[in-house]
Amino acid sequence: MATESVKYVSPETKSKTLLDIFRRPDQHATGIVDWLTTIDHKKIGLLYGLVALCSLIFGGIQALLIRSQLWGPNMEILSQREYNQMFTMHGTIMVFLVIMPLSAAFFNFIMPLQIGARDVAFPRMNALSLWCFVAGAIILNMSWFFTGGAPAIGWFAYSPLTDTGFEEVTRDMGPDFWVFGIQVLGLASLLASFNFIATIINMRAPGMTLMRMPVFCWMTLVVSFLIILAFPAITIALVELMFDRNYGTNFYDFLEGGKPHLWQHLFWIFGHPEVYILILPAMGIVSEVIPTFSRKPLFGYGLVIFSGAIIGFMGFAVWSHHMFTTGMGIVATSAFSMLTMLIAIPTGVKIFNWIGTMWGGKIRFDTPMLFALGFITMFMVGGFTGIMHSSVPVDMQQQDTYFVVAHFHYVLIGGALFGLFCGFYFWLPKMTGKMLNEKMGKVVFTLMFIGFNTTFFPMHYLGMIGQPRRTHSYNAGHGFEQWNQIATIGAFILGTGILIGVIQFMRSFRDKSLKPAGKNPWDARSLEWTLSSPVKEYNFARTPIIKARDQAWENNYGPRDLHSEKEPLDHHGVHMPDHSWYPLFTAIGFLVLVIGMLFHSSVGAEGEIIRNYTVAIIGGIIAITGMIMWSLEGPGGYHLFPEEDDE
Amino acid sequence: MSEVVAAHADEHHEPYTSTGIPTKKVLMWAFLGSDCMFFGTLISTHLIYRKISATVNGKYLDIEKIFDIELTSFSTFILLASSLFMALAVSAIHKGNLTSTRWMLFGTIIFGAIFLACQVYEFTHFAYAPGHELTLSTYQGEAHVFGSTFYVLTGTHGTHVAIGVFWLLGWLAYSFTGKMSTADAMDIECCGLYWHFVDIVWIIIFPVVYLMEYAF
Repeated sequence: MATESVKYVSPETKSKTLLDIFRRPDQHATGIVDWLTTIDHKKIGLLYGLVALCSLIFGGIQALLIRSQLWGPNMEILSQREYNQMFTMHGTIMVFLVIMPLSAAFFNFIMPLQIGARDVAFPRMNALSLWCFVAGAIILNMSWFFTGGAPAIGWFAYSPLTDTGFEEVTRDMGPDFWVFGIQVLGLASLLASFNFIATIINMRAPGMTLMRMPVFCWMTLVVSFLIILAFPAITIALVELMFDRNYGTNFYDFLEGGKPHLWQHLFWIFGHPEVYILILPAMGIVSEVIPTFSRKPLFGYGLVIFSGAIIGFMGFAVWSHHMFTTGMGIVATSAFSMLTMLIAIPTGVKIFNWIGTMWGGKIRFDTPMLFALGFITMFMVGGFTGIMHSSVPVDMQQQDTYFVVAHFHYVLIGGALFGLFCGFYFWLPKMTGKMLNEKMGKVVFTLMFIGFNTTFFPMHYLGMIGQPRRTHSYNAGHGFEQWNQIATIGAFILGTGILIGVIQFMRSFRDKSLKPAGKNPWDARSLEWTLSSPVKEYNFARTPIIKARDQAWENNYGPRDLHSEKEPLDHHGVHMPDHSWYPLFTAIGFLVLVIGMLFHSSVGAEGEIIRNYTVAIIGGIIAITGMIMWSLEGPGGYHLFPEEDDE
Repeated sequence: MSEVVAAHADEHHEPYTSTGIPTKKVLMWAFLGSDCMFFGTLISTHLIYRKISATVNGKYLDIEKIFDIELTSFSTFILLASSLFMALAVSAIHKGNLTSTRWMLFGTIIFGAIFLACQVYEFTHFAYAPGHELTLSTYQGEAHVFGSTFYVLTGTHGTHVAIGVFWLLGWLAYSFTGKMSTADAMDIECCGLYWHFVDIVWIIIFPVVYLMEYAF
């Protein structure tokens, strides 16, 4: 972030060294040290985005392998076990390492700017979330290299697939990596969400009342609450599974009186809110983009927010619709069926509000708007098939067929990923200071839109005629061949589109030939567009005083009494906290702890289990030392004295 | 004689927050809300399993004879009493009374430690005693899911108490550095919120896991 114009004041006279050897990095840190120790929400957001986009490519390659295997009847590109590993890792990576962190990237980068804050409430904790996320990603992907390879249990990990008594490979470590990987990723999400909640509740600029907040911030808040209330269920389920696999408890072991059914409930009590955790950020992004490119305020602002909150609330009451075929009994099944139908209402309200926003607007079809429109249409298709599933008799027919695969890919690619790409095309100029190439953007959209529909629309039909999902191969003569080939061709088109898009995003940081963006290239509406692109490290030179919703728009076009004001320059300057190594240090401690737990037991000469916790304890000590040092070092910092309007 | 901390002449006034509530407190409340779901999941798992386990393979597990309800009642009382010390510690640091804060923190730690000791005793006598009916997984080839949920639930609670004790020990150590002042009151209050929450969870666990076995 360019700060040449800013006068620095040398760091406060606090001791910044430990034993005269270890110097705390501050504003002078550069290069890799800067990125590893940063606590700036913007850089953390970019790092989230970087790791997630790399994971997107990785998970995409796995998807293409799956599609290649299904090109024709009885293909042998992947063995059966490899196929199971592919769809397990594809699902897990796309959910936990792509969509969630991409949302987190936007939460981190955009949300503090939109509410007029200089950073999130707890910047070092924010860095810890990032590094825990990276540690979780490492743990999950390490599984390929150890006994049994990657987990072959599905992203849902239903018992008894995870039961040690039913393993294909003796001492299969895949599920252990999965358990600990998700556990650490969950920790990262929880920490980040506590931070976002505290930030949105407490760090809004003066005048930024809740009902003046951009919808994207509202969705951040709702999603953060969903995460802190839904992740505990999976955390406990994973703890129980860990005890089952390592310490001989019987939570899910049906031979010993446990109930595999319980895993399904606990998983989906987390898993269904998770669906809304994935989609609501995209809805928030689209709610920012559509008003901008229609040049109209969002139609029914309050209702859009209320619908989002209702979706989040009801998301906790519909989990068992994933389990209609497990025999829960008529009452439970009917109740969950009805609630699932009800949750379609607030979703429909939002769609009508977006259409209402466009109605009569002066619509510009720039790339972000194209992705937003793609989002609405594709998400609607996914939504309709979702309502079909809410009917129990229909669901019983469609359970475990490609119809379901079509449904949730329409929601997660056509919905979430289109929404997130929309966010990239919309906000990357703010992040890099340069406009993306419009023509290239339209090529990416066209490839993705055509490829996506070619891949997943035939799956509706394949499901209807009975092709089962999660199945390695199919026989000739069922009528599956043609549509599978079309789907595979589509998948490669979609993959090409995504790859070009990702390369375009990454290159835009370095490409000097791109047009400079200026403060507000889209004539957009919310507060981040009053700042320069790229944003200065202190965000706001003077704290803004908010007078209206859509503040950037009102500043340009609104009556004078709705123009935002600014607090006077603080004669102390802008306090900036120092960098810190301890978030990274603590996350490494967690990583070592988990590796120690993964490899703690071995089988002795007489078949007895030998437990050795040395590595785990070392990891724990590293983590605790990190936390203690962290709390003792304090925020540190220095003061900046920016010019009045240098922001 | 009480050692009164001089009010810190702090040039930085209280940071502005939108709600007027300190941000750390908001964070703590969000965490406690999340923690409710942790224990909610564990307690419901236990409620689902407690009757299944008792009759698996036709063998009835007589929980009433296994539990040492006198010991658990005692440790429950101790844990609840520790909340009083915690509240007094928070009150003392708000008033800037360092000596009193230190003693009250010490009392909370001791009572927390007594509770933990009772739990360790319980675990060692139930889980690891050879041939005991409530071992972690199986007893004489008979499975008891009751043991699974019982140990993981009370163990998670015990871990929470242990984290609280270490947190308080940190504050106790800090009080001897001479840096502690009323500026730390908010941090200790957050610690107190956590401690009271862990107590409240035990108020639910004690009847649901222990007393209910005698009633139903």
